[in-house]
Amino acid sequence: MASTRRPEHLAPPELYYNEVEAKKYTQNSRIIEVQEKCSARALELLALPDDEPCFLLDLGCGSGLSGEAITENGHYWTGFDISQAMLDVAVEREVEGDMVLSDLGQGLPLRPASYDGAISISAIQWLCNADKKEHVPAKRLYKFFMTLYACLCRGSRAVFQFYPENDKQVELIVSQAMKAGFTGGLVVDFPNSTKAKKIFLVLMTGGRTALPKALTGEESSQQQHTQALYERRDRTRGFNRTNLKREWILRKKERRRKQGRDVRPDSKFTARKRSGKF
Amino acid sequence: MKTLLQLSNIFHDRINTIKSIRNMKLITHNMLTSNALKTVKEGYPLQIYVDEVKQVDVDFQQQFITKTVSKLNWKALLFGAKCIGHSEGLPETLPENWESNDELLKKLHHVLLEIEVITGSLECPETKRRFPISNGIPNMLLNEDEV
Ligand SMILES: C[S@@+](CC[C@H](N)C(=O)[O-])C[C@H]1O[C@@H](n2cnc3c(N)ncnc32)[C@H](O)[C@@H]1O
Repeated sequence: MASTRRPEHLAPPELYYNEVEAKKYTQNSRIIEVQEKCSARALELLALPDDEPCFLLDLGCGSGLSGEAITENGHYWTGFDISQAMLDVAVEREVEGDMVLSDLGQGLPLRPASYDGAISISAIQWLCNADKKEHVPAKRLYKFFMTLYACLCRGSRAVFQFYPENDKQVELIVSQAMKAGFTGGLVVDFPNSTKAKKIFLVLMTGGRTALPKALTGEESSQQQHTQALYERRDRTRGFNRTNLKREWILRKKERRRKQGRDVRPDSKFTARKRSGKF
Repeated sequence: MKTLLQLSNIFHDRINTIKSIRNMKLITHNMLTSNALKTVKEGYPLQIYVDEVKQVDVDFQQQFITKTVSKLNWKALLFGAKCIGHSEGLPETLPENWESNDELLKKLHHVLLEIEVITGSLECPETKRRFPISNGIPNMLLNEDEV
């Protein structure tokens, strides 16, 4: 990609994500789909305990699409973002999480061991840029990772989907994360497809654990098999994610009807999975 | 006496309130600090000043509340609840068998998740630096000379 087309080179994030850009997160179906898929995958990589509601961070939560994915999975969240316009869209979307206007590069203003995990979708490459004369990217990244490490409960993870500009950026980001105490590394899904390729940084707070496997697009029958097993087990325990999500949406709609608002009628398609690759 | 501008601002906020349901809750207040300010040691708990609060309905999820309470700073919760005028019925310390105390868990669910600050501010206990809350969102952005 020509360097001039990278948004980070055009303006600082709080200006780049203005009303016009923010509006795309409610109207552009491609942007919405990519955000939703990345969020779902990031949550999968977090490997949260089954059947247990968790308290998560959404870093660069923006318009709240990633936050909605968290809610749909039965978890609670707090979002941080530097763009007022993006947060305004999230407020309009009536997301369930609390949000804070802040600059990740100034560190997370949170007390220790408060959260069970963190996701971040298409945001941290922004920290590689110096938008003000005081900005030193390595320092800002270190401060960010250090404060993140502190506010996570031991054993939890942070998963970042991001768009590095080059290998040097990857190295910069990873090295600052390790310096702050994290272990982990990159998981690259669909590495051979220019369109579907997605890069995830999976960080862990609890010693050395093996990195999760990347998706290749030709998942073996073995993997599909494990998925089927999961579904079967869930069903026998009377726990089915699609149903859980459907119930959640129906309840949310009911609340809105009570408040006298316009709500789409329920149908058999409510909460059905839209599947497929990126 | 309020100026016309203030009045129109208030009116504007009221309209926003009707539109939005998610605003700063005490669960978030319990986690937030001002220690990103370079001169601040703890920056906790933040004082809350309220201009407008709102109550909403959130489904009671016992497992989540139990898990959250075990991570809470109880003193900061009491302090926050007092700031927004909702501390009634909260014990001075967390009683021993709180996990099986349904009434207390429901009360905690209510103060932590169902009361929201829409406009107001948070204040650093050490420097008195204020962080405005508007449209339910605290603004924790710092000037570069504060970090
Ligand atoms: C591609 S958008 C992702 C939006 C979000 N995941 C969603 O669901 O809408 C990237 C977001 O990162 C935010 N961001 C960029 N730099 C940031 C910084 N230094 N601090 C906080 N947020 C930042 C932007 O404001 C923007 O909302």
